[in-house]
Amino acid sequence: METYQLNVNGQRKQVKVDPSTPLLWVLREELKMTGTKYGCGISACGACTVHVDGIATRSCVVPVSLIGDRSIVTIEAIAADPVGRAVQDAWVDKDVVQCGYCQSGQIMSAVALLKATPRPTDTNIEESMGGNLCRCATYVRIREAIKSASQQLK
Amino acid sequence: MPAATRLEKRSQIDRRGFLRVSTSAAGGLLVSLYLDLPAFAEEGNQAPRARVYPPDAFVNVRPDGKILITVNRLEFGQGVQTSLPMILADEMDADWSQVIAELAPAADVYKDPVFGIQMVGGSGSIAHSFQQYRELGAKTRAMLIAAAADRWHVSPEQCRTENSVVYGPGNRLARYAELAQDAARKPVPDKARLKNPSEFRLIGKKIRRLDSRPKCDGSQKFGLDLDLPGMKIAVVAHPPVFGGRVKSLDDKDARALDGVREVFEIPLTKGSGVAVVADRFWTAKQARDRLKIDWDLSGIEHPDSSQLWARYRGLARTTGNVAVTRGDQKPLESFPLSSRIIAEYEFPYLAHTPMEPLNATVQFNGDRAEAWVPSQFQTMDQMAIAQMLGLKPEQVTFHTEFAGGGFGRRAVIDSHVPREAALIAKRLRGTPVKLIWTREDDVQGGYYRPMHAHRVEIGIGSDGMPAAWGHVIVGQSLVAGTPFAALMIRNGVDASTVEGVADTNYNIPNFHVSAHHPTVNVPVLWWRSVGNTHTAFVMETLIDELATRAKMDPITYRRKLLKPEATKLRAALDLMDEKSSAWRSKLPKGHAVGISCHECFGTAVACAVDVSIENKRPKIHRATVAVNCGLAVNPLSVESQFQAGLGFGVTQLMANGAITLKDGRVEQRNFDGYTPPYIVDAPVDVDVHIVPSTDAPTGCGEPPVPVISPAVVNALARLTGKRYRSLPLTSLAG
Amino acid sequence: MLSNCRSFIRTLPIIPVAAVIWIALTASAAIEVRESKKLNADTNLGNGLAAWQKVYSVLTSPRCINCHTATNYPQQADDRHRHFANVIRGPEGKGVPGLNCISCHQSANADSTGVPGGNNWHLAPLSMRWQDANDRPLSSAAVCRAVTNRSKNNNLGGPALLKHHEEEPLVLWAWNPGRRPDGSMRTLPPLSHAEFVAATRTWVEAGTPCPPAK
Repeated sequence: METYQLNVNGQRKQVKVDPSTPLLWVLREELKMTGTKYGCGISACGACTVHVDGIATRSCVVPVSLIGDRSIVTIEAIAADPVGRAVQDAWVDKDVVQCGYCQSGQIMSAVALLKATPRPTDTNIEESMGGNLCRCATYVRIREAIKSASQQLK
Repeated sequence: MPAATRLEKRSQIDRRGFLRVSTSAAGGLLVSLYLDLPAFAEEGNQAPRARVYPPDAFVNVRPDGKILITVNRLEFGQGVQTSLPMILADEMDADWSQVIAELAPAADVYKDPVFGIQMVGGSGSIAHSFQQYRELGAKTRAMLIAAAADRWHVSPEQCRTENSVVYGPGNRLARYAELAQDAARKPVPDKARLKNPSEFRLIGKKIRRLDSRPKCDGSQKFGLDLDLPGMKIAVVAHPPVFGGRVKSLDDKDARALDGVREVFEIPLTKGSGVAVVADRFWTAKQARDRLKIDWDLSGIEHPDSSQLWARYRGLARTTGNVAVTRGDQKPLESFPLSSRIIAEYEFPYLAHTPMEPLNATVQFNGDRAEAWVPSQFQTMDQMAIAQMLGLKPEQVTFHTEFAGGGFGRRAVIDSHVPREAALIAKRLRGTPVKLIWTREDDVQGGYYRPMHAHRVEIGIGSDGMPAAWGHVIVGQSLVAGTPFAALMIRNGVDASTVEGVADTNYNIPNFHVSAHHPTVNVPVLWWRSVGNTHTAFVMETLIDELATRAKMDPITYRRKLLKPEATKLRAALDLMDEKSSAWRSKLPKGHAVGISCHECFGTAVACAVDVSIENKRPKIHRATVAVNCGLAVNPLSVESQFQAGLGFGVTQLMANGAITLKDGRVEQRNFDGYTPPYIVDAPVDVDVHIVPSTDAPTGCGEPPVPVISPAVVNALARLTGKRYRSLPLTSLAG
Repeated sequence: MLSNCRSFIRTLPIIPVAAVIWIALTASAAIEVRESKKLNADTNLGNGLAAWQKVYSVLTSPRCINCHTATNYPQQADDRHRHFANVIRGPEGKGVPGLNCISCHQSANADSTGVPGGNNWHLAPLSMRWQDANDRPLSSAAVCRAVTNRSKNNNLGGPALLKHHEEEPLVLWAWNPGRRPDGSMRTLPPLSHAEFVAATRTWVEAGTPCPPAK
């Protein structure tokens, strides 16, 4: 067990865990923040996506020992970012979700896309969202919502 | 879920019902609906049994004006936690902005009125509960009016309702919240006037989901998210071959990890495994990885895909148990060579892989237990947990958690996941235990859509229509040896294997369908749209081939071949034709159209896709889909089911879309080896068109799935000239 | 005096003869040296080409070639299949927003989760592709030309290439590739790092010769 000081959603959090513990499980079980989801554990589905120093990061494969003092932002706080809020609003407006389990990750990936590329093309969307799995396959409305959020942010 | 053909007749069964009403401790009107139906498994048993129902059941009008509606279904994406409340709220004239929904715990009062158990499946939520929720709403409204009429000394006929307000003569008005207590004391009417469809304010309108925002901000809790004081996490090491047993266990290294609480062998539904209980998931998982287990794999079949295919192909060439036979069985040899089609199809095992890995949380307190399960099968799961704990079902408080998808995987007849959780909870009496199946456990853990082989021999008449059709299907039965067998197996044929062929809407006068159900040591389960996953593929690709041979347009051919009474499907086909004809005639080079249509679970669907080949894979640029589902309660939800359901159906086409076994072991481990559709694989644009109808609603959960694979493959046939009879599409060479 | 002259005159013819002999000797010595140098050069060339083959065997082993693709995606594993989850190259070989290489690959191997890592994980630029568009490794000649082309290889000459092979973290990673998700160690390149560096040195000292293109 090691003690780590983490910067989560602008707050300092201290945890004591095995160094090999993925950030995902530190968030979910030590910090009780269950918005970030476990879908596969091998970074294949994106349900665990958070932002680390602004980079969309798959927390299920990153051991907490490799995080350091980089800033972590999760789905619970993404509304504080205007892009995050626009994406969530677009998601609700377009009625994107079905079961909803993948959507935290979808939203975090979409926010990363829109922050880097405010006017994404269909190809940009397909490429940036290309690694986020949705078993309900809500992809048609995900595309629509990203375009809508992009419009709202103009 | 199993075909509802036989079960649809049950909706005509007489039922007695009345509403029991009480006042909740916090004030407000609580309404429960008492249903007295024979249980699903007791078909033929005529004596109804008394039931015990909880005092609050379906509607709770709170003093603050909020209206809590209890949904008798699991919400796992299909939108039922919005559409069922819509139905009730409409008849009740409730203010929709004040409506909140919750998922019902396991209780008799929440059983599916047709199936007689509490469950989600068979695309039956709206179809079976539409009338039920209408009546609930109407009766509640009647009682609120009665309370107001009483207060104002007027007759109920002089009152009307709108948006949670009762209006009386003059300027009298009273809000529902104010009337709730008085209304609770009113007798429940035997009958209440249901609205004329023209009066619907919510039903038939595009209404956004109630659970959207929490699912977008991380606050929605799923079963896997549960956190209880003192809770422990459990994982189970399962044998590498189904039914294997623990021979010896070395858990020294596992126990050495900080936070490991218990390691012990547990019996499974077949064979045994090893449970690891720890303070945290990661600890439990790492401990399990350190277990050194010697497995006894003797005395059980070691299934092997290549051996199974050889066996299945052989069986498909012989007649099986007869499902349907009509007309004269003209032998294929009586047709000229050029008028014969012999087609052999192969479909692999499919895993469901819902996004939320399987889980169940149980706490055992000796004389009571509590369970939290994202379950499609509450009645069965509650019974199973009770059985494992030596309790009666009513001693198990069973909470229905929101589920991250299901597709059938959370409706298991043997309730194996809740049983594992219960056994572990039994050992850790007093401690809540959350059992988690990892994704690897899920991919390798069985309960797959069975593999199937089909062999079809068609003799084509001089008019290009099939004059004789002999069809053999080989696949494991889903229900043989289970309580469901009596209902679904006739003459040795499991209805869920042959649905979509045996009950085809095509007019094939000389028709012979039979099935073989091999026993294989692989647990199997219904996978969203069940038999239609493979039967629709076979039918719609063969119809397409016949159309091509007859030099007929595929839509025209289907119109000609459909039975006159297939009016629902015809209407869908016509609407699809109308809505897609413009783009179908203007396709860019390298694109082709694929057509398919299919009716299942009472809903008819027709589909046209625009496909090209990109990076050696089919790229679905666009799909136009027409749906005939009777009255569409929430068209926005229907649209969602079809836009996304088509994408779900693409699972069958994915290059890594097969579960295979070698020497008894499943070869795939996770999404890297068994890969469902990502955004690039799913249709880019889907336009959905609903056939206008006021007929009783039929379901939309499963009907989108069967049409997409044959439509895409029919388009590919035009692009490559090849027919694709083996799924998944590993190569477009055919 | 006259007798001295007479002996001088008698020695005179010796001078041209000596000169001729000297010239002949020198020329032949020069030829011998050239031939010797040619022999050395041939040996050197031969050694250099042999050393290059060793270097090539490492460059085209999975731990290296999986990121030197000609396509818009990396490969993974020993069978070099396309990397899962549709990860792609992106404009700078670092993936795309939302799906960067560093979305998963951190600065060190994550053995507990099976994800390899190293400093600045990214794809080699297309100028450093060592495969064709069908994911087949290029020939030894083609890879050698790519690696030594200073207009494409970030202007690295022989000594700089040697230093790259000796010290570049992502190169070193190939010999410390970490564990797969199933716990097994990833396979190493066919030579040890020391052998790889030695071969590179021999090749560089031979003037980074490339085999002739067929």
